[in-house]
Amino acid sequence: MASIELRNLSHSYDGLTNAIESLNHLWPQGGAYALLGPSGCGKSTLLNIISGLVSPSEGQVLFEDNVVNGDSPQQRNIAQVFQFPVVYDAMTVRENLAFPLKNMKLDKHHIQQKVMEIAELLDLQSSLDKKAKSLTADEKQKISMGRGLVREDVSAILFDEPLTVIDPHLKWKLRRKLKEIHEKLNVTMIYVTHDQLEAATFADEIAVMYQGKIVQFGTPQSLFEQPNHTFVGYFIGSPGMNFVQVNKNQNEVVANDLAFNLSTTQKNALAASDTSNIKLGIRPEFIKLANQATANSYPVDILSVESFGAFKIVEVRFADETWFVRVGEFDQFDATPHYMTFEPTRLKLYLDDYLAGEETDFE
Amino acid sequence: MIKKRLGLLAYILFVLLPIYWLIIMSFKTNEEILGSLTLWPANFTFDNYITIFTDPSWYMGYVNSITYVALNMVITLLVALPAAYAFSRYKFIGDKHLFFWLLSNRMAPPAVFLLPFFQLYSSVGLFDTHLAVALAHCLFSIPLAVWILEGFMSGVPKEIDETAYIDGYSFGHFFIKIFIPMIRSGIGVTAFFSFMFSWVELLLARTLTSVDAKPISAIMTRTVSASGIDWGLLAAAGVLTIIPGVLVIWFVRNHVAKGFALGRV
Amino acid sequence: MNKVQNNKAWWLILPMFALVAFSAIIPLMTVVNYSVQDIFDQNTAYFVGVEWYQEVLRNERLHDSLLRQFIFSFSILAIEIPLGILVALMMPKTAGWKTSLTLILLALPLLIPWNVVGTIWQVFARGDIGLFGWAMNALGFEYNYTANAIDAWLTVVLMDVWHWTPLVALLCYSGLRAIPDAYYQAAKIDRASRWAVFRYIQFPRLKAVLIIAVLLRFMDSFMIYTEPFVLTGGGPGNATTFLSQTLTQMAIGQFDLGPAAAFSLIYFLIVLLVSWLFFTSLSLTDKDQLKQGSASS
Repeated sequence: MASIELRNLSHSYDGLTNAIESLNHLWPQGGAYALLGPSGCGKSTLLNIISGLVSPSEGQVLFEDNVVNGDSPQQRNIAQVFQFPVVYDAMTVRENLAFPLKNMKLDKHHIQQKVMEIAELLDLQSSLDKKAKSLTADEKQKISMGRGLVREDVSAILFDEPLTVIDPHLKWKLRRKLKEIHEKLNVTMIYVTHDQLEAATFADEIAVMYQGKIVQFGTPQSLFEQPNHTFVGYFIGSPGMNFVQVNKNQNEVVANDLAFNLSTTQKNALAASDTSNIKLGIRPEFIKLANQATANSYPVDILSVESFGAFKIVEVRFADETWFVRVGEFDQFDATPHYMTFEPTRLKLYLDDYLAGEETDFE
Repeated sequence: MIKKRLGLLAYILFVLLPIYWLIIMSFKTNEEILGSLTLWPANFTFDNYITIFTDPSWYMGYVNSITYVALNMVITLLVALPAAYAFSRYKFIGDKHLFFWLLSNRMAPPAVFLLPFFQLYSSVGLFDTHLAVALAHCLFSIPLAVWILEGFMSGVPKEIDETAYIDGYSFGHFFIKIFIPMIRSGIGVTAFFSFMFSWVELLLARTLTSVDAKPISAIMTRTVSASGIDWGLLAAAGVLTIIPGVLVIWFVRNHVAKGFALGRV
Repeated sequence: MNKVQNNKAWWLILPMFALVAFSAIIPLMTVVNYSVQDIFDQNTAYFVGVEWYQEVLRNERLHDSLLRQFIFSFSILAIEIPLGILVALMMPKTAGWKTSLTLILLALPLLIPWNVVGTIWQVFARGDIGLFGWAMNALGFEYNYTANAIDAWLTVVLMDVWHWTPLVALLCYSGLRAIPDAYYQAAKIDRASRWAVFRYIQFPRLKAVLIIAVLLRFMDSFMIYTEPFVLTGGGPGNATTFLSQTLTQMAIGQFDLGPAAAFSLIYFLIVLLVSWLFFTSLSLTDKDQLKQGSASS
């Protein structure tokens, strides 16, 4: 069991473009973490670097403050579950589960006991003596997971989108099972996924990865309320955060002749920066619509309304952008002009795509 | 890792040494070959090659060989493509038996059929023609071709065919415009195997020809005369038979891995 | 893939069938015809029934060459299959010019006309003008493949290994390439030894191609004619006279058409039987893999 730290990590497959770019990160011991990001953002590469299957071009990997760069996966004592089930076809389920333990040359009796324990945990008892190749895809994936879980005292267990091939109703069950196992074993688990729901239900803390970097690490709630990067805002939430590109005009920002009120800290941050990449962002959940103008309201045109049962998503036109607003299931709208309002604290300022000028931000 | 490299290197050396020996021998004079063992020709000479390229009875052997090999490749592909398609897409009366019967021809020892072949092709007036050799080789190349192509075709989803028919393609149009491009590598590999078999075979080719279509491999025996073997000339003729093979494998080099699994992995 | 029952598919088969049947059935019938007749010349022949069959079953010379044939086929299988697997395992896994070059060099012997293969080794193994023979003598071995039966055997086997191991290696290489990387990664994570990786990951996946390799090598080695004929001429004595050569001598050399044809058919049946056994086990493996494929996709 170990904390995992990455220092100044970079990796390139072809020597030209970086899959991972100067990444610094610390995962404390014992947590359940998710590594969330779109496909191709480098998350699988990062996982393979942690487990030792890939050695990074630059930087260090530390387990409990020891640099492990030169160590093989064996020496790191890592368990890893892959996206597609990897089972040893020629073996029975029992032999598959016992394989890592047998390779560690553990006592036979002990192996037997461990295998039974894991089989029970994953509901595999009834197929223990079947040939692994005769099983269905999700049973196979359970075996893959079982081989990762069966080992004791591993530094960490890594999951690389392990539920891709699993049926939706089983997904939920297996995820809960993993969570249970985590609570029981108190081992560091890192779970790679591109599905925010999967990440949020499994992990205590989520690291969001974008273009080879971890752009934010925090609880699901903080990712939702305080997206640290425009990508997090856009990627988390359904639909994602609304953004508008704005221009600096003395002490305020304008888009299409509409001025926005910023907080003092936001104004200070804006004044301190000379970038022209300025965006404002707000979650669809934090916007209210009315058909009368009030103080601090902005005019919008309603484009469409789509019902999702418990709520509706309204598509509106605002300052040449298409925004989404989430409203209650019984709210009615006609095509007349509407006005939107929101709490000033919900409006976020992004300079060069990074969050700036928050109250707690002392920079 | 290093042990692997060394092992592979040693094996490649084992493959190349005999060929190297043949090549340098072809540049030696007979006096040098018989006189002493030299690792590199002391008197580098092109005489052996000049002999071959200036004597029609020599170089026509290459022309003959290449002619029937090409003919065999074309015939094999023309008849094997539709047949393999039928095997990969349809069930029909006798399909399994037919398939095994085909393969069983691949198992017939050529030596067994020498005389009957000779009689058959003589009686239909094909003896000593390129076509005779090409047809005889088809007996062995077609079964393999059908087998390989069937493997590649089974890898193409049937939905492709159905979509094409729905889009209004006729069978012939679909087959040529859509299907064949999809199994390009399979066709390349099949052509390669047909070439390989036909190019290396001697027994049938020699039996079915006498003058006009005589293959190079049969002409090579001319180097044996009363005064002994003309080693240099034999080596040069041998080297020239290796070159077409090298060219052909160069073209299919990117499909070799998949090809040698006969499309089945 | 579920195939549709459709007997019109025969139309697609027909050209191929006609062509193969022309070259296969007529000669086969001719052989059957020979095997039951005593032929003096083109116009005089007597029906003799199974007499030739009885004779060849008692023929010592054929028995000897059949025995030699089996020993030869099994020894080259015993060498070429493991060696081919080993070479395939040593091949680089990544694509690149080095891999392409290795593949081309490996495939080289397969593309050389068989009589030239014989010629290459005839030259290479000679004590006076060949590197191999010269080296053997220089190392103190009394080596002369034209005079010593054991040396001749060694040379013929070595030549076949040189000639055909690449086929096994390439087949295995393509089998290995089809194994997804994740399997090797999982094995590393599971602390599998090199041997365990081979035993549980690589070997099970090689089974299908290995059956093809054994089948092809058995068939072809059982029919071998040209290479040993050029290399040793079957000698010294009859030491390296294999089945095809014996038959050719009988049929063309001595014009003993009847016995030659009778034995040809027996010969054909032996190859057919052994190949059928391989073929059945191959299609069983094929089906297994199909099931696996559909389950994992």
